[in-house]
This record gives sequence, C-alpha cells and structure tokens, in this order.
Amino acid sequence: MKFDKASGLSLANLWVAFGFFLVACLLGVYQVAERAGLLADFGLESPVLYFASVSTHGVLMGFVLTTFAIMGFGYYMATTSLKREIWNKPLAWFGFYLSIVGVLMAAVPLLTGNASVLFTFYPPLVAHPAFYIGATLLVVGSWVWCLEMIMTMLAWKKENPGQPVPLAMFGTVANAIMWLWTSLGVAGEVLFQLIPWSLGWIETIDVGLARTMFSWTLHAIVYFWLFPAYIAMYTLLPKAAGGRLFSDEMGRISFIMLLVISVPIGMHHLYMDPFQSAGWKFVHMFGTFLVMMPTLLTGFTVLASLEIAGRLRGGKGLFGWIAALPWKDPLTLAAILALLMLTFGGFGGAINASYAMNTMVHNTQWITGHFHLIFGGTVVILYFGLAYHLWPKMTGKQLASLSMARMQLWSWFIGMLVLTLPWHWIGILGQPRRISITPYDSPLVEQWYPHEVAMFFGGLILIVSAFLLILNLYRTHGNDQVEENSEVEYAEPVHAVVGLPKIMNGFAFWNVVIFAYLIASYAYPIAQFFLMETFGTIPWSI
Amino acid sequence: MHVDQTEKKWLYISLFVTAVMIGVLTLFAVGSNIHPPSNVETINSDTLHLEGSEFAEDNLGVKKMPDGSYEVRMVAARYGFYPQKIKVPANTPVKFRFASADVLHGIHVPFTNLSTMVVPGYVSEVNTEFPKESVDTPMFCNEYCGLGHDHMWSKLTVVAKEAK
Repeated sequence: MKFDKASGLSLANLWVAFGFFLVACLLGVYQVAERAGLLADFGLESPVLYFASVSTHGVLMGFVLTTFAIMGFGYYMATTSLKREIWNKPLAWFGFYLSIVGVLMAAVPLLTGNASVLFTFYPPLVAHPAFYIGATLLVVGSWVWCLEMIMTMLAWKKENPGQPVPLAMFGTVANAIMWLWTSLGVAGEVLFQLIPWSLGWIETIDVGLARTMFSWTLHAIVYFWLFPAYIAMYTLLPKAAGGRLFSDEMGRISFIMLLVISVPIGMHHLYMDPFQSAGWKFVHMFGTFLVMMPTLLTGFTVLASLEIAGRLRGGKGLFGWIAALPWKDPLTLAAILALLMLTFGGFGGAINASYAMNTMVHNTQWITGHFHLIFGGTVVILYFGLAYHLWPKMTGKQLASLSMARMQLWSWFIGMLVLTLPWHWIGILGQPRRISITPYDSPLVEQWYPHEVAMFFGGLILIVSAFLLILNLYRTHGNDQVEENSEVEYAEPVHAVVGLPKIMNGFAFWNVVIFAYLIASYAYPIAQFFLMETFGTIPWSI
Repeated sequence: MHVDQTEKKWLYISLFVTAVMIGVLTLFAVGSNIHPPSNVETINSDTLHLEGSEFAEDNLGVKKMPDGSYEVRMVAARYGFYPQKIKVPANTPVKFRFASADVLHGIHVPFTNLSTMVVPGYVSEVNTEFPKESVDTPMFCNEYCGLGHDHMWSKLTVVAKEAK
C-alpha cells in the first residue's frame, strides 16, 4: 500500500529543530564559561551579553527545538502508524512557515538585547513587542499541528470503525490535545496582557495575574516535550530492542493520565509567590504528586518490555537480560540512558513538588540543574535516539555512522551528568539562579567555584556531542548506502488489544474531565484578581 | 482488555508510594502548620515611599514587638534589599514583610527557610526563626530583575538571643 509519509515535511521540521539546537548549545557553552569566571581574564564579562544569551538559549531549547521536533516526529508517526496521509498537507506547511516567521521575528529583539527577559517573560520587565508577537506566531503554528493530528486521527477512525487507534497515534493526539489546553494560559497572558502593555495600549499589568496565567502553561509544557519520548519508549523501543510491548492498554492509560492530570497542577511553580493562598497551593501539590503515576507505570511497562527483549535475545538470570539488550542500537541505548537520567531527575522533581521542602531549593541553581537533567537529559536524548532511528527511513539512506551515533549518545549522557550533578549541588549550597557572576563578599563563593569549573567541562563535552549529532544526520543525506528497510516498525503488544472500552480509544470524554478539573483548580485563583483591589505595574526596561 | 497481574501489583505499589508521599507532606503542612508564604495582600508599589505607607523609609528595618518577637520590614528595589544590613536574635520568632518598589525579586538566605518571591503590587510575609548565630549571611536576590541582578544582595546577622 502506497501513501504519502510526509517525510519531507517531517525532515524540514526536524532540521529547524536541530539547527537551532546547535546554536543554543553554543550559547550554553558561553554561559558556563562566563559563570565559571573564565571570561573575566579576557575582559569579556558582560551582563548585557549574558542575559541576552540566556534568554535566547531558553527560547531556542524550550520553544523552538521542542515545538519543531514534536511537529516533525508527530507528522511522521501519524502517517506511518495509521498508514495514511495527513489530513491537510498544505495547511501543515503553512503552520511550519508561520512558526518559522514567529521564530525569526522573536530572534531580532532577542539577539539585539531587546528581549532579555528570559524565556519565561518575567513581567514587569518588558521586551520589544516583536518578541511576544513572534512567540505567539510560533504557538499558533503549533496549534495547526495539533489540528492536523486530531483531524488525521478522526479521518482514520471513520475509515476504520471500531478499530483501536494505534498506540503511537493515540499518544500523539493526546499530546496535541494537552498542548491545546495548556497553551491557553500563556496565550491569555500574552494576548490580553503582555502585547497590549508592551505596545502602550494599556498602562499597567497585574503581575500576580500574569504569573498565575503562565503557571497554567508552565508545568504541562514539560509534558508536551516529554510525550514524544514516552511514545518512542512504548511503541518503537520494544521492537528495536528485539521484543514486544508488555502492555498496550497501560500505555493508553498512562497517556490519558498525562493528558488529564498534568495541566491543572501548575501552581506548584508559585509555591513561593505571595498572591496565591496556601490552600490552592496545597490542592495543586496533590495533583502534582498524582502525576507521578503515569511515569511510574511507564517505567514498569518499558522495563518489562525491555526484559522481554533481553530474554528473547538469550539473556538469562535476574539481570542477564540487561547485558543481552542491543546496546549498540541507538534507540535502545538512548532509551536506557534516558531512563537512568529520568530516575535521578524524578527524585529531584519530587523534592521540588513538595510544598515545604521546595522552600530550600526554590530559585536556587538546584532548579536549573534539575530541569537540564530531566529535559536536556531524558527528553532530548530520546529526540536523538528517535532521529537516529527514523532518519534512515525518512531519507532512504543508511545512517552515516552507527559508531558515531553511539559515541554521541554516551558523550551526551556523561556530559549531562558532569554538568548537572554539580549544578544541583551549588543550589544546595545556596547559589541563586539566573546570575552571571558571583560578586559576593561571602565564603560561599569559594565553595561554589569548583562546581562551576566542573560544569564548564560538562558544557564542553555536550557541545562536542551536539556537533557529532548534526554531522551524522547531515552526512546521512549524502550517504550512497541505501536503507533496505524503510518501514517504521511499531512494537506488537504481548496481548493483542481486544475489547477496548470506547473511552480508551478517543478523547471526547477526557476533554470534559480536563475542563472540569481546570475550572476546579484555576477558576478562583484567576478570578480573585478581579474580585479584590489590585495595583498594576508599569513596564520596566531591563 | 487485558491487564497483567504483575502490572496490577505495580499499580497498587505506585498508588501506595504516592499516597505515602502526599500523606507525609500533609502531616507536616497541617500538623506542624508549615506552609509557603501565601498572605494574598495587595499594596500600591508606586506609593511605598510616601508618608503613612507601611514601607516608608522611617518604618523600615527591625522592630521589637511587645510580646518579645520581632518584625522586619524591607523594600526590594533594583539592586538591593533595604535596609541593607539587618540584625535579629537567634531562636526568636521573626516576621519579615517585603514589598517591591519596581520589578519582580526573590529573597533567599541559604540554609534557612527565609525564602519568598517579592512581587510588585503584593506584600510578601515570612514567619521564621533562625536557630544559629551568623555574621553577614548573604540575603540573595534569586529572581532575575534586570542587568544588575548579580549584584543584588543584602546582609543578615543573627546574634545570640540575650545580646539584643
């Protein structure tokens, strides 16, 4: 059966993602060098440059790499799992170009130091309006992708009545729907507050309201980034490792839980903010701990699937199956390394989520260490694994170098640990986040120093690793070795999916649940700003 | 639909682990009354300096209350917390009240639970006690507030209880 796999569209999205990723890595190396005080000797220390760099690094990694990678992988998984073309290809290209226009528009103020407000905006610091408008266009572009995913699934369901939606597509659509729900918060902040205020149409904004709206987006956005990694671990990894998926149904349950639970818990980002009361923070903490459930279930199912693979490959004994896994396969290797980093990072996350313990680490370097480990580690290494797995299928050429891919994954893993473990520790030692230098007359500064130097070496390892990735993917396009197997092979579950309840094959019911949960957890915290007398704040330049 | 027995057991274990974590946190929150700073109190940041304002210059700093506890009022403004040096006794309840005169700030004294965001338009309140004496411990601004953020810090000295 022939159908359009949208390889070109996927590759275009993925190249934008990885191209900007490389730029962001270069900025990252500059930042660790500045932080370690290595540039002071050359007279290159500059907060203007540093904060422009941090803002650009955050926007590129958090918004650009992720959004384009999710769109690229999503289109390809949609066509290959459903074995049909996407719903409206010209519209998908339109979304792609719209997102690019947004990125370029935001890039100008970012690179000229007119949007050094970091990627989380931080009003009442104000950026050039082009920054907010560009970011909005990127988000609108991603909404086009969401629409494509939903409509493609619905079209498939119409053609295949009663059939279970393939798990890869089910997860991708769950992610699209989650992103639509969660991006409403930041969209509200940007459209009704930041843009009119930065253009001078309104004089002041309520910072409490702005931060509450942003919190609505701020947690689930990390699950938006994480989703493709989980989808790969459920649907591609078991097959790549030589086994089967332990449970298709558990995958669906985890995806539904991520969809429903991860949006209305964002207020744990506001634990230390004075304008929300303790009761609401407590309610959101409850939800935050519940969201551990899908991750615990995923850990089990993925490890069980890997064990099946290891035993089918002749692994014996309690741990023998681990050695028998195909460690040379890039996707398998990436997934194993990702699971290790997820385990470390997950423990850190449970501390941050704790209402009281968070006080000790809030806005210290611990937090930045945490999200670099869990995002830069777990999520991004699986983007690499997916890229190595899918590039040959998309291009029809064999991967330029398998050994280079392995070296790249290992070096990313090692670099990430060298970077983030000391990073966590200087947070415990009290270093505040978002600083470029440490001009404090305090004995703490000396305790921080060796860790900052270690982080610099971590950064060096990572930049070498990033170049290896780009080189390998680029050279694959020119490889004259043809890839024989261009089919994307999704893992078969151990037990075939039969008698699936309707609510586990669609999202109508879950949308109602999310809506109700969102109203319950955010209606009053937002409404309170209109019920009490508040005082707005004028824009302040950096 | 098929759910494996082992998987079911793991589901229960996961639920149990999650419940224990939430239980412990609830116990401390409710039992020991430990909550993050959450006083939901508004203030006009444009008029902090005017006479009659709680955060006018004359009202800032450390005050001993009739019941023996202390209150500290500070203004966060680019780039410092004012007054820039404060002194409080150890093992005595201290109530800190902060307001911002300009943008978003955050304050944290390492190794203590004196930590809060300072948001323009709102008053932040933290109740704490310092168990140990210390000299010139840094009070860092931990929220990006502009190009001088690196330089925003003030000093806290904790003296023995009797001395003050």
